[in-house]
Amino acid sequence: MDRRKYLKTLAVGTVGTLSAPALLSSCESPNEVAKPAGPSIDRTPAELAHEAKLMGDKFFDEHEMKTIALLADLIIPRDDVSGSATDAKVPDFIEFIVKDMPRHQVPMRGGLKWLDVHCMKHHSQAFINCSEAQQTEVLDAIAFPERAQPEVQQGVAFFNLMRDLTATGFFTSEIGLKDLGYQGNRPNQWDGVPADVLAQYGLAYDARTLDISVKYDS
Amino acid sequence: MPDFQIRKNPKKYEVCIVGSGAGGGMAAYMLAQAGVKVVLLEAGPMYDPRKNVTQLKWPWESLRRGASTPFRHFGDFDAAYGGWELEGEPYTHKNNTQFDWFRSRMLGGRTNHWGRISLRFGPKDFKRKSIDGLGDDWPIGYSDVAPYYDRVDQLIGVFGSTEHLPNDPDSIFLPPPKPRLHELMIKEAATKINIPVIPSRLSILTKPLPNNTDRGACFYCAQCNRGCTVYGDFSSSSVLVNPALKSGHVDLITNAMAREILTDDSGLATGVSYVDKNDLQEYEVSARVVILAASACESARLLLNSKTSRFPNGLANSSNLVGRYLHDSTGTSMGGFLPSLVGRKRYNEDGVGGMHVYTPWWLDNKKLDFPRGYHIEYWGGMGMPGYGFGFGMQNTNGKFPGRDGHVRPAGGYGASLKDDYRYFYGASFGMAGRGEAVAREDNYCEIDPNTVDKYGIPVLRFHYKWSEFEVKQARHMKETFQELIEKMGAIVTWGKDGAENDYGLETPGRIIHEVGTTRMGSDPKKSVVNEYNQAHDCKNLFVVDGGPFVSQADKNPTWTILALAMRASEYIMEEMKKQNV
Repeated sequence: MDRRKYLKTLAVGTVGTLSAPALLSSCESPNEVAKPAGPSIDRTPAELAHEAKLMGDKFFDEHEMKTIALLADLIIPRDDVSGSATDAKVPDFIEFIVKDMPRHQVPMRGGLKWLDVHCMKHHSQAFINCSEAQQTEVLDAIAFPERAQPEVQQGVAFFNLMRDLTATGFFTSEIGLKDLGYQGNRPNQWDGVPADVLAQYGLAYDARTLDISVKYDS
Repeated sequence: MPDFQIRKNPKKYEVCIVGSGAGGGMAAYMLAQAGVKVVLLEAGPMYDPRKNVTQLKWPWESLRRGASTPFRHFGDFDAAYGGWELEGEPYTHKNNTQFDWFRSRMLGGRTNHWGRISLRFGPKDFKRKSIDGLGDDWPIGYSDVAPYYDRVDQLIGVFGSTEHLPNDPDSIFLPPPKPRLHELMIKEAATKINIPVIPSRLSILTKPLPNNTDRGACFYCAQCNRGCTVYGDFSSSSVLVNPALKSGHVDLITNAMAREILTDDSGLATGVSYVDKNDLQEYEVSARVVILAASACESARLLLNSKTSRFPNGLANSSNLVGRYLHDSTGTSMGGFLPSLVGRKRYNEDGVGGMHVYTPWWLDNKKLDFPRGYHIEYWGGMGMPGYGFGFGMQNTNGKFPGRDGHVRPAGGYGASLKDDYRYFYGASFGMAGRGEAVAREDNYCEIDPNTVDKYGIPVLRFHYKWSEFEVKQARHMKETFQELIEKMGAIVTWGKDGAENDYGLETPGRIIHEVGTTRMGSDPKKSVVNEYNQAHDCKNLFVVDGGPFVSQADKNPTWTILALAMRASEYIMEEMKKQNV
């Protein structure tokens, strides 16, 4: 079978031994495919048991989750390109990840508490009840590590973690991946850097590279 | 008292193989093709990348977005179960030394996630003592192994380019993929400072193999570590064990954790005892020949645990060298940021599961202050985001102008921060050295006299220290990386290490190339197996994993494990025919 047909059959997943049912479902947007119950990736029995236990646990309380959601959207807001962190369900991801990685639990719980205490001192209320201007003032104090004052260093450390978890949660979501413009994770034929990109950087494949590299039938 | 008895398998096998990774898979394949009746013991579960799928999945299909777990240290999508610690299966250390032992108990073992870097050892790699006076020569040379490398190339497939380098012999190559953008930039800069950059050599099928309809060609998803649903890359499970099972000559027993090698009064191996991890009962299988392929350290452990009055310090250990000469590859790495790649055009840059170019060792150690070489691996580009994506943006976005041309204060939040992630995506890259350590008798694993695992099997205790040779090599790696990164017009973002931490030299075991524990030689006093991987002390016992390596070379060991396992398998069949074993 020639390469093009081969790739088509991979994409459609209909060709006997060369197909895998998972190949089909994973190439489509998950919204378009009825997903079977349970994980769509290979899991060992130990992994399934562990994940079931984590999913049954709850770590953050309601106030903490509200604060996380507000912070997440302040870090990654909706813009012209894509939705916000909460649109991408980042708070749910953060709730899971601190259960999965207990090392994040104290820094997150304590950091949220630090933030509220800081707001109580300066604005007499918890972060989520502060005005937008007050929230901006608080974030401006802790979101820029190199110009932050020493007395808010713990807040800087917390915000760095919150920024990291929010960004990772967002850009590994379907919304975030699309926003980023990631083009891969699908069957294709790699035939080198596109010509216009090579030209942009003043690069070219030398004659030997062109000669020895893989060529496709069609 | 629960019912406690040893269940003896009534079948009489010709060969029992322990372990289904590269060495065990090859032995099973070769013997099965010849019609030899084999029982294959695997300590983990069944695994088939076509059925146990993580390939072409999206990051959100993992609850933790692909992050590492105690169940899969290389992340949720990685094909290899296990990691440096396994629940209920400890190992210990002597004199506060360090060694990290990666174990993947599953069909195919660690071949399920390896980097597919498939390098032949060169003529010098078998004769290092003759060159620098350190360690020992192998009892065999390149010409002994070359015909088997040829056959491994043709059986399994490897891409690369013919270069005629003196100590990096060419394989029978499939065509390589073209370099990615950052790889072109690396090559351009490296060439200016006389560092060669050539197509990588990976066991990935850029073309279908002739006469093999079981395996499809690569479709460039960059996910070889996840296992391939079309078997487009090499893993022992899909490429060797599957056809071996199809032959009908191999009985596979999974979740069979080997306990001891059984011997008779004459000192010959008679089979293997194991605990079934499902029912926790004890079993025995008997065979005319026993082949160990459980990984260098696990096979050494089995030998050392097979004590009898005849073999009081373990089987095949009259030399007292089982477990000795343990050595892993050295490793250091460094990352950089290419300002010219910010805001880059998006296209599918996945390519194969690994680098498209690499640097083989290019210098003469006689002119350097360390005796052995290293190769350089590269990475970078617009990869699929996973857990950790975007971490540490405050270390990047305060150093470089954003899309508007202005450098803003590091860190931040809101729309401009959101845009920074897009803008800086795909501009990071990195490189790692993988070097040869000198094998030393005083780096070893032994049985811990006080500790057993959850199956009651005595565990390994490690004693391992890097020498000045490896530290100086690591310093050279770091200096080279920094020079190369700066020559590219890039900025070093991490990995600038100094003498205070041995130049970032990884803990031994971390590169997962451990070998040497049952080294081969012609003198039974100075080696454990002979040049055909046959135990000096027990002629019907063979070891075909990395254990028999005399020296590691600055190459990844898998291709040589495969070639030597193929060679040993043919020797075993000849000896069986001659009734010698």
